[in-house]
Parts: sequence; structure tokens; C-alpha cells
Amino acid sequence: MRREPILNAALALLLLAAPLAAFVLDEPFYISLTTRIVILAIAAAGLNLALGFGGLVSFGHAAFFGIGGYAAGILAAHAFNMEPLLGLPATDLMPTIWIVAVLICAIVALPIGAISLRTSGVYFIMITLAFAQMIYYFAISWPAYNGEDGLSITVRNAFPGLNTANPLSFFLVCYLVLMAVLAVIWRLRDSRFGAALQASRQNAVRVSAVGIRPFRIRLVAFILSAVITGIAGALFADLNRFVSPSMMSWQMSGELIVLVILGGTGRLFGPVAGAILYVLLEFMLGGITERWQFFLGFILLGVVLFARGGIVGVIAGKVRHD
Amino acid sequence: MPTALIVEQLLNGVQFGIMLFLMAAGLTLIFGVMGLINLAHGSFYMVGAFACAAVAAATGSFWLGLVASLAAAAALGALVEVTVIRRLYARDHLDQVLATFALILILSEATRWLFGSFPLYLNIPPLLGGAVALPGGVQYPIYRLAIIVAGLAIGVGLYLLIAKTRLGMRIRAGESDREMIGALGVDIRTLYTVLFALGSALAGFAGAMVGALQSVQVGMGEPVLILAFVVIVIGGIGSIKGAFVGALVVGVTDTMGRVLLPPLLAAAIGPAQASGIGGALASMSIYIVMALILAFRPRGLFSAQG
Amino acid sequence: MTEPVIDIRNLSKSFGGLKATDNVSLDLRPGEIHALIGPNGAGKTTLIYQICGSLKPSVGSIHFRGDDITGLDVAARAQLGLGRTFQISSLALEFSALRNVMLAVQSRQGSSFRFFRNVMADANLTEPALAALARVGLEQRASVPASELSHGERRQLEIAIALALGSKALLFDEPMAGMGQEGSRALTRLLDALRQEAPILLVEHDMDAVFALADRISVLVYGRIIASGTVAEIRTNPDVRAAYLGARQ
Repeated sequence: MRREPILNAALALLLLAAPLAAFVLDEPFYISLTTRIVILAIAAAGLNLALGFGGLVSFGHAAFFGIGGYAAGILAAHAFNMEPLLGLPATDLMPTIWIVAVLICAIVALPIGAISLRTSGVYFIMITLAFAQMIYYFAISWPAYNGEDGLSITVRNAFPGLNTANPLSFFLVCYLVLMAVLAVIWRLRDSRFGAALQASRQNAVRVSAVGIRPFRIRLVAFILSAVITGIAGALFADLNRFVSPSMMSWQMSGELIVLVILGGTGRLFGPVAGAILYVLLEFMLGGITERWQFFLGFILLGVVLFARGGIVGVIAGKVRHD
Repeated sequence: MPTALIVEQLLNGVQFGIMLFLMAAGLTLIFGVMGLINLAHGSFYMVGAFACAAVAAATGSFWLGLVASLAAAAALGALVEVTVIRRLYARDHLDQVLATFALILILSEATRWLFGSFPLYLNIPPLLGGAVALPGGVQYPIYRLAIIVAGLAIGVGLYLLIAKTRLGMRIRAGESDREMIGALGVDIRTLYTVLFALGSALAGFAGAMVGALQSVQVGMGEPVLILAFVVIVIGGIGSIKGAFVGALVVGVTDTMGRVLLPPLLAAAIGPAQASGIGGALASMSIYIVMALILAFRPRGLFSAQG
Repeated sequence: MTEPVIDIRNLSKSFGGLKATDNVSLDLRPGEIHALIGPNGAGKTTLIYQICGSLKPSVGSIHFRGDDITGLDVAARAQLGLGRTFQISSLALEFSALRNVMLAVQSRQGSSFRFFRNVMADANLTEPALAALARVGLEQRASVPASELSHGERRQLEIAIALALGSKALLFDEPMAGMGQEGSRALTRLLDALRQEAPILLVEHDMDAVFALADRISVLVYGRIIASGTVAEIRTNPDVRAAYLGARQ
């Protein structure tokens, strides 16, 4: 267990050092690349809360990623055109957009969770997928926001006191959000709530037998995880200045699961390690060959078959619940 | 709405459903007997289509292509089972998802490497070309009828296999109690390889048959894969009968939904909005049906697992 | 006579044509150990499930300390003070013995929707948990993951959890199963000491333990109670000897 905090600190520092070095070397592309890693890490951290700590294999988390993205995109579009949205003035302030994303994701996650959590196993996987597909097809065909073609964000949303068009400034915003999210998840994990959640994953019967209802614990965890992934979606839309229904596709849900497992399911910095490895592989292999997905597939296969516990598991050993 | 159109679309729905049944049957057996979630099932669909197209183009015979699709999908299935899948039976679903997701990447890219990014074309064989007149004034393509007939025949064959043969007996026993059949001396490893190859062959066959209707391209298996999972969840995991019923439900709902919902909506809210939302609702309709069925029957319609 | 802690009246449970529980009435009085014995397949497990709340009876009622709990779920009954152990130990295997017990302490103290304080640094949780472990003799094994505990230690841990819950009644499902001679004797001593704290409904096959501990014995055969009384009464009851004790004597 002692190795894990060291690894976590190393990963956090690495993520901070890389873009700073890129800034000094005047290579803004690498700042954006690291920002992409950070945002995917946030999205995966959200999923990890439900999947890693709670054992809830959601194959529909891309829906929340996309909802967050569209919150950013739609508000940005309305703010740019100075059109009110649903009677209220639109805003292009990121903190406000995040609050909107959080609210909508929570409102959507509540019924989805309440229904899905009545099932288990592969049925849970499928029903979460079904709900995400419904939202995906809805986004494709809603005429107002370009459907499948996606929505452009002309000017990146604003953050008070910073010039978000500057890649390093935007990176810092995302990095701080990641650290804040990880800090919250860290507290959650070690709290009474976290204990009940992890116990529910290990043995739901035992949890009921001591008077705690797993359903309620899991539902709250599901909603919290959706909200975190939603914030990541809003940031992702701002990074690319573009949002499209593909952010909600089942392939995206699969990618989020891959990030969590690659890094180490149920480990605090697992999503960070997973995002770093995945994006770097995508980038480096992509530079070598067009067939990079072929090799990525083998690497992923290797990790599943031979590196149980993901990157964090291999480097820091098994979890000790002390 | 003319009756002929409705009948035609209904038949299309049935044909779509039959094709989904071929996909779902393999998937449900593999999950029911081996407890394995296989995301790469759609890749065997694709491989079957490519094998058929390639051989048909080389030899000029669709029928040889069809044989090739079965052989290629079965052989690839057996190979994948022995090298990768075997190690996954003892692992949890999460690991299976990741591993088979990796297989999708490998198989898709390998196909793209071999055949390039452009779609291949597969022609309907002359024997099955043309249309036939059906009651109601419908001119229905013979090829699509052939798919329905072939699928039904395979369905009957599968039923007989499961219910009446020793292999089928072992499969059914394996579904109820994996450890027992091992203890009884049945060679599990071979059984599993055979089962996996059989499921893959069915998928390949479906891919080949559909390849003549649509184009043959990398990634064609993925939308079908998702639908096949919806089918087995609706039908009940492990049940061939459930896969059949579920597939028809999904096939008909999806096809008829696309036909009926836009005009129904146009009548209600006006044509401009209707086509977009109608399309969305049609795509969503299957998932809504699945969610409803799971709400009342959490294990699907014909669950084989107690 | 004081009011029974658990009062089961006319409980029946049918699965289609099979009557697994047939008009069972029994009670558990303060300070006693009431043993429930019967041959395999008698329906003891089905009865336990109905008392704990995992199974709904077809007919009849269950009262706990005067309240009707027939409609309550498992968690609600646990919160009211009905503690149980499982026939096959059911624990959070990755958690240490201490964390397993802390879960019960946390439940007893109120809501689990507390998100920020580290449980391991919370003396309100760790101290009562350690105390419960000490009661069953497991305090030296507090930080051991449950998966690494021996069979007997897991039995002890389950009892510690039930105690930490502040149970007002204890339901023990074959605690002696799989225990060697030494372990059984230790467990018997422990159960003996517990009865004043909370009465125990003890389902058991181990007749030595039953005869050593029980104040009353009820005999369940084919879902029906065929006899109920003191140890002496049951030992000499001809129906019981025929149905169950038979060859064992």
C-alpha cells in the first residue's frame, strides 16, 4: 500500500510537468494532448466510482459525457448568438456551465439508476447501454443542434480571470478540476459511504444483514459518478471546441471502461494511469502506423490476460483495505 | 398507407429478425453455456461477409462464397477460442468485455489491412434474383425470402441439435451445471471450442447473406452486435427459443417503427419536425421495448437460467 | 411470563404444491437459547429466511419485541436488532475483520450517507468494533482480511458483527458446522455467555452443543414442529426419536 501514494504523486507531477515543459519548448500541441489525457481521466474517474468501487458495470456512461458536452456546446452557442435559452439568458462561463451539466446529469441519472439498479449482472450492463443508446439516438435526430454533424463552439467558454484560449491556462483549469475530483473521490472512498459502497460490491447480502440498503448506496454512487463524467464532457467539448453525438456512442462507453480497467479498477489514480497509457499509445502508435489499433488491441489483450489489476495493480500491488 | 407497403415492410422486419436470430443464437449459447460475454461476435459477422465477397469475386460463385464464409468464420472462431477465449472463462465479465473489445480492434484492423478501407460488393446470385408476387399485390425480392427460409431452417436445425442429439444434451447440461459435466467426463475444452466455432459460423453466415443486400465493410458487425445483445436479453440468456422470439420482436419493431412512426408523428406535430424525431423514436423504440420487458421480466422472456 | 422477543405465529410457506413451512408457531424468550433441530430438508433454512426477511411467508406473522415485522425487509429487521449468522459464512472478504465489524457499528449509529470522515480514523467506529472482536476473541486478528481468516475465525467474526449491531435477538444458523472439537467447545462457551445479552435461536445439527446449551428445543420435520420442550422432554419424546434422534442415541 505504501507504493501507491508514491505512484499517485508521481502521476500527478508527471501530468503537471509535461505541459509546462511543452510550454517552455513552445509545443502547444503537447499541452492540448495532456489536457485531453486529464479530461479523459476525469471521465474515467467518474466511472471508476460506480464501476471500480461499486462494482456497477455501466455500459452507458458516455451518455453523461455527452450530456455534459452538449451543456457546454448549447450554452456556448446561445451565448455567442445572444439568444436566451428556455427564457433564461445564456452564459459562457465555465463554472455556470458545469453547474448546469451537473444538474442535468443528476436529473437524468436518477431514473436511469433507479430502474437499472433493480437488475444485476449482464442485464445491468445491457439496460445501461439501452438508456445510453436512447439518449444517443435522441441527440442524433434533435434538429435544433445539428444532429449527427455536431455543434461547433466558436469561442471557448470563459473562466473568470483566465484566458481560456491559451492552451496552458485551459490545461490548468482542467488539471485543477481533476485534482479536486480525485480529492473528493478519495474522501468518499474512505468514508462511511465508501465503506458501504465497497462492501456492497463484495457482498450485498452481508450489507443488508447489518441493516444497510445496498440499492440506496449504489444509486447515490451512480448519480455522483454520472455527474463527474458530465463535468468531463463539458471540458471535452471546450477542448475540441466541438460536440457531437459520438461523445454518447457505445464505443465511447467502451473506451471509458477500457480506461478504468487499463489503469486499475477501483484504484484512486487508476483512471489517471489508464488515460495516460491509452492516449499515449493512441498517439505514439498512430505516429508509427495507420494500423495502430491493431497493435493497441494486442496491448490491451496483454494487459487483461497478464497484468491483472491494471497499471496501478502491477506497480503498487493489491489493494490493502487497512 | 397502402397495405402492400405494410406487408413488404413487415416481411423486411421478419427478414431482419431472422438475421438477428442467427447472430443471437450463437451469442446466447456462448453466454448461456460458457458464461462468456463476447463483444467480438460482430467481428465474425464481418469476417463471414468478407470471406464470401472475396471468394465470390475470385470464383464467380456466390455459393462457394457462402461455403467459404462458414468455413472462415468457424476456423477463426476456433482459433480465437483456443488462443484467447479459453483464458477468459474464469475471469469476471469486466475482463471479458475488455479482452473481446481488444479482439474487435485486432480483427477490424486486420481486415482493413487485408482488404483496404473501401467496401466490397457482393452480388445476389442469379438463382435468387428477381422478385415474386405475393398475395396483396406485393412484389417481394426472392433473395430476402431465401434469407427467411434459410434462417428458419437453421433455427429448426439448432432446435433439433439441442433437443435431440448428444452434443445438444451436453450443451444443455453445461448450461445448468458447468462443474458437473466436467466431473461426468465430458471433454469440456473441445465442447467449448466446438460451441464457439458454431456460434461464429452462424454469425459469419448471417454476415455473408446480408452482405449481398448492403455493402461489405469493416465495422458492419458493430450495430448488429448491439442489437443481438438486446435480443438475447429480451429473449432470456441461454434460450434459443428466446433468441428467436426476441429477434423477431426486435426486427419487426425496428423496421415497422421506422415506417410507421414518422407518418404518425407528422399527423400529430407536422412533417418538418416529424421526420427527424420520428427517426430517433424508431431507433429508440427497441431499447424502450427492452427496458419495458426487463421491468416486468428481469431475466427476459424465456430465461434458461433458474 | 414476559413477552417473547421473537414471536412466530402460524407461519406457512408454500412453493407451488410444496409446503416448506407448515403452520409453524414458536417463540424466543429473553435470556434463553432455543434450539431448532430437524433432519436435512426439514425446512430449517426456509424458516430462517422468513424470520430474517429474505423470504415472505404465505401465511402467518412474525413479531419482534412486540412489533409486527412480517412486512419488513432484511435491512429493516437488522436495524431493529435482529442479528444473524449464516450457514455458509457471508462476509466482505476483501475487508479486514475490523472493517467488517465497523460496518455494523456504522449501521447501528445511523446513516451511511457520510462522505468525508475517514472511517479508520473514527474512534466512534473503531473502538466499538474492536470491543466486539474482543468479545469473541478475535482482537489479535483485527487487521487480517476476512478471506485469510480460518473457517472458525469467520464464524467468530460473524458473531462479532451481530453483537456490534446491538442485536436484541440472535439467529445462529449452524454455527458449529465444519468446526473441529476444540473449535466447537470454544464456540459453545461463547454462546453460553451470550444468552443473557440477547436470546439466541440456534439452528443446529451438532447434538452435543444443542444438549449443552439449549433451554428449549423445537423439532422441525417436513416443515412442521412435531415437538417442543426442554432438553429432557425432547430426549425422551418417542416421536422425536423416531423421526430424528433415532439411530443417534
